[in-house]
Amino acid sequence: MNYIFYFLIVISIIAGAINGRLQEVINSILSGAELSVKVAFSLIGIMAFWLGMMKIAEKSGLVELIAKIIKPVTKHLFKEIPDKSPVIGDIAMNFSANALGLANAATPIGIKAMEELQKLNKDKKSASNAMCMLLAMNTAGFQLIPATVIAVLIGIGYKNPTEIIAPTLLVTSITFFSAIALAKIFEKFWKPQKGDE
Amino acid sequence: MFQTLMNIISLWALPAIIILILTIGLFRKVPLYEVFTDGAKEGFHVAVNIIPYLVAIIVAISMLRASGIIEMAGQALSPILDHFNVPTDTIPIMIVRSLSGSAALGVFSDIAHNLGPDNYATKLAAVMVGSSETTFYVLAVYFGAVGISKLRYALIVGLLADFIGIVAAIAVCNLMF
Repeated sequence: MNYIFYFLIVISIIAGAINGRLQEVINSILSGAELSVKVAFSLIGIMAFWLGMMKIAEKSGLVELIAKIIKPVTKHLFKEIPDKSPVIGDIAMNFSANALGLANAATPIGIKAMEELQKLNKDKKSASNAMCMLLAMNTAGFQLIPATVIAVLIGIGYKNPTEIIAPTLLVTSITFFSAIALAKIFEKFWKPQKGDE
Repeated sequence: MFQTLMNIISLWALPAIIILILTIGLFRKVPLYEVFTDGAKEGFHVAVNIIPYLVAIIVAISMLRASGIIEMAGQALSPILDHFNVPTDTIPIMIVRSLSGSAALGVFSDIAHNLGPDNYATKLAAVMVGSSETTFYVLAVYFGAVGISKLRYALIVGLLADFIGIVAAIAVCNLMF
């Protein structure tokens, strides 16, 4: 990430200078910083709501129940998670919310799952294998119905916008399973975390 | 018929989950209000924790977009992608969709409005945007919330999967449309 961070910023400045857009690049620092805070603050309310809901789901045993049901499937994906931990339930709910296109719910639930994984993590600064897997599942963006895209298509008078669903679902499934497979492969070959065998 | 069913599902998914959580909580005698507010307290804390990570990534990406390098990369790629029947208009989406969700959606809207519903570019763009998630944003938010700054292989996996997604979108659209 250190190199990517350096690369993104330095290349932007150089390319901006070449294209005669250096002033725009400089301005974008301020607008980008402002946007970051806006995004973070806009998350506060909805984050609080879903963290509250998830606490209820946790206390009532719902998360644990989901964890039990889903365990046979996820056991192999998240090897480091102890059998009794309910975090699998959080992960399953995060996945379901994503699949249903409920991004507002999926993000807080996913963060809650990350917090649980962080408790199990040995090196608090670096991502555990389980965290990388959860992230891979989320960056792949699996979604059953691409609602926003369909809304745009309806807006331009697309006759049969639902015909986009099948190819999108196929592509998103391919991406999702590739992400999981890749995470598994990298887990084997990547340098283990500090404190790992 | 299918469309109405779809609308019902997307309308009711959220309320159904909320009802389910609250009802089970009530039956299990969880003090709902107390537990809810207790959990919700963390909301502010988590959101504030994310800020440094978001600033790092969003500023870097804003600079990249302002620099015009995305257009340059698009021009460089267009002769190669021509071979695979990829319209030039959709190239910015491929580059931008891992970086910024709103930008990808913006480019898609432009294509859709300018080229219209019957154009192949509109369909390919729709599939590419609909099947993607903003890798860098997800990374900043999820890892930022728990203070992870050493990503190990997480970013590489995300970007490789995005690449596979683009290839898959081109292949599937070539076959289906």
